[in-house]
Amino acid sequence: MKVRYFAWLRQRTGCAEEEVSLPAAVRTVGDLMHWLGERHPRFAEACASAGVVRCAVNQDYVSTDAPVAAGDEVAFFPPVTGG
Amino acid sequence: MIRVQAERFEPGAELAAFAKGRQDVGGIATFVGLVREDKEHGRVRAMTLEHYPGMTERKLEEIALEANRRWPLLDLLVIHRHGRMEPGEPIVLVAVASSHREDAFAACSFLMDWLKTKAPFWKLEETDEGERWVDARASDDAAAARWQEPGQG
Repeated sequence: MKVRYFAWLRQRTGCAEEEVSLPAAVRTVGDLMHWLGERHPRFAEACASAGVVRCAVNQDYVSTDAPVAAGDEVAFFPPVTGG
Repeated sequence: MIRVQAERFEPGAELAAFAKGRQDVGGIATFVGLVREDKEHGRVRAMTLEHYPGMTERKLEEIALEANRRWPLLDLLVIHRHGRMEPGEPIVLVAVASSHREDAFAACSFLMDWLKTKAPFWKLEETDEGERWVDARASDDAAAARWQEPGQG
């Protein structure tokens, strides 16, 4: 699975994208956030602030209960501020 | 047409090209967003827009499709820049052509409201006090929510 980070989440994790192999216990976006938080403590801090971290799976917005699978592209980012 | 680009663009030239040769269009509504020399958190010297290549274009296409579904539009143009830009430079252009002005105005407003809340861009300001990621605004969410149709979640 490819995991991508944008904006200040990219700066906090120190990583724009990484390839990860999921343990079987990781089934949802929420599980993945928890698992990634163990690798990146500052990502865990950001996730602890409710509503701050948004997610897309295969380039569509999803909520934390959405399923994830090997081969997905998952992205985490703060609320968007374009325009 | 949707364009996501790093290059600076000239709104007048884009608009002239957009309108050229059209005899069926009754009106074109446009919005041009510029980098503002905001002073709230220290003077903004420049701004860098980060985006999610691929998803950005996809979301903009979806928003354009939705505008076409809601209003009888003849054409639309969205140009959005990424990368570094300075105060006064254009960031975004939305132009909507229709037979009548009401549809063009409404669709232009809708496109900007949805773009601001759905297109994956993030603004990083360079100010006199350092770098600062711009926070999302509740007023933008409220502006997008007013276009919600009955029955939508």
